[in-house]
Amino acid sequence: MNLTLWGTRGSIASPGPDTVRYGGNTSCVELRNDAGDRLVLDAGTGIRRLHVDRREPVRRVDVLLTHLHMDHIQGLGFFEPLRHPGWDIHLWGPASATQDLAARLTRYLSPPLFPVRIRDLECNLFIHDVGNGPIEIPGFAVTSATVCHPGPTVGYRVTADGATVTYIPDHEPMLGAGGFGDPAWTSGSDLAMDCDVLVHDAQYTPAEYRDRIGWGHSTLAHAASLAATSRARALIPFHHDPNHSDEMIDFLYTDLSASILDGCRLLPMGEGETMAVVGARHHTAH
Amino acid sequence: MTQHPVELILMRELADHLSTPIFVVDAEGGLAFYNEPAEALLGRRFDETGPMPAEEVAVAFSPTDDRGEAITAERLPLMVALRERQPDRAVFAIRALDGVTRRLEVTAVPIIGRTGVLAGAVALFWEVPQ
Repeated sequence: MNLTLWGTRGSIASPGPDTVRYGGNTSCVELRNDAGDRLVLDAGTGIRRLHVDRREPVRRVDVLLTHLHMDHIQGLGFFEPLRHPGWDIHLWGPASATQDLAARLTRYLSPPLFPVRIRDLECNLFIHDVGNGPIEIPGFAVTSATVCHPGPTVGYRVTADGATVTYIPDHEPMLGAGGFGDPAWTSGSDLAMDCDVLVHDAQYTPAEYRDRIGWGHSTLAHAASLAATSRARALIPFHHDPNHSDEMIDFLYTDLSASILDGCRLLPMGEGETMAVVGARHHTAH
Repeated sequence: MTQHPVELILMRELADHLSTPIFVVDAEGGLAFYNEPAEALLGRRFDETGPMPAEEVAVAFSPTDDRGEAITAERLPLMVALRERQPDRAVFAIRALDGVTRRLEVTAVPIIGRTGVLAGAVALFWEVPQ
């Protein structure tokens, strides 16, 4: 299974000379299995660069939304396949206690916030609510589960070709984890358990986190602790703070104690990079 | 052990921060956690008690009504909250784990997440005069 990062930034797009390497676009990750099936995780501004040729033989794309904060859906209206006639586009994401995903998404994909209405899109659009449990998507085994973050928010565990990727871009497992160590009381641990790659929120420095407890995000050390608690084999820090430059992110990686990772491999990937995710301890970045 | 639902994780965290005695059970009625203020009324630290299956919880505290008659597990507010998915309240006595009999007023509320799944129940309680 191939993993490509199209957007790695949290909160708001932050292009500029200081964010060239890790990227300035907001959350979007593409997974492709060996058969060519495509799954897109979140629809932040990074999704705009995810080119899908309308002549491709597989005329289906599944977009899995973790939640509906703006940095995770702002690119959705610019996702090319939504305008591919005859293509099946499946949107998956959490409902709220009172509204299904379709109703919630319509608040953004309609005037005055967006000029095109959902009903006017040219593809065949299917919108599905997700909760805790498996999701039926051809070519992938997917599980969603609620995680600690303000508002209805899920993470995803995706398995294909013998490899497993867990994606939890917005997550504050420190709330309730009691210092980590016990997976039973750690949000996200079931999703991440024994995965090959964990793509996880690492937005704050420790000092920033102290002022933002309850905002729904993690430090790099929190992400590493969850990875270690869950025996994840590799960690891709994600959802970088818009105020963090490439240089600062490099420093945070260098400053992270290897003991926190407990054998988990840190993969400092940036926007536009692809890796082949292979099951059980073999990864190739290129 | 598999992960508890996020709603239960957050409830435990909240309980840990409050001065009100709180007792948290999972969806099967098993003891998941009680906080430090509850330890004073239940007569033992949670670290010593640990999680407990539902069938052991009622037996452990020997609840009795004002006539001194035993209250069965299914009549306890936490079990009613789980079964009926609505709050319940009762006053009864327990024989705490330090051997002292205490009369408690208990209000139990089911913990139901946004998806409608029952994650457990929580009881807030305090001591009332015998």
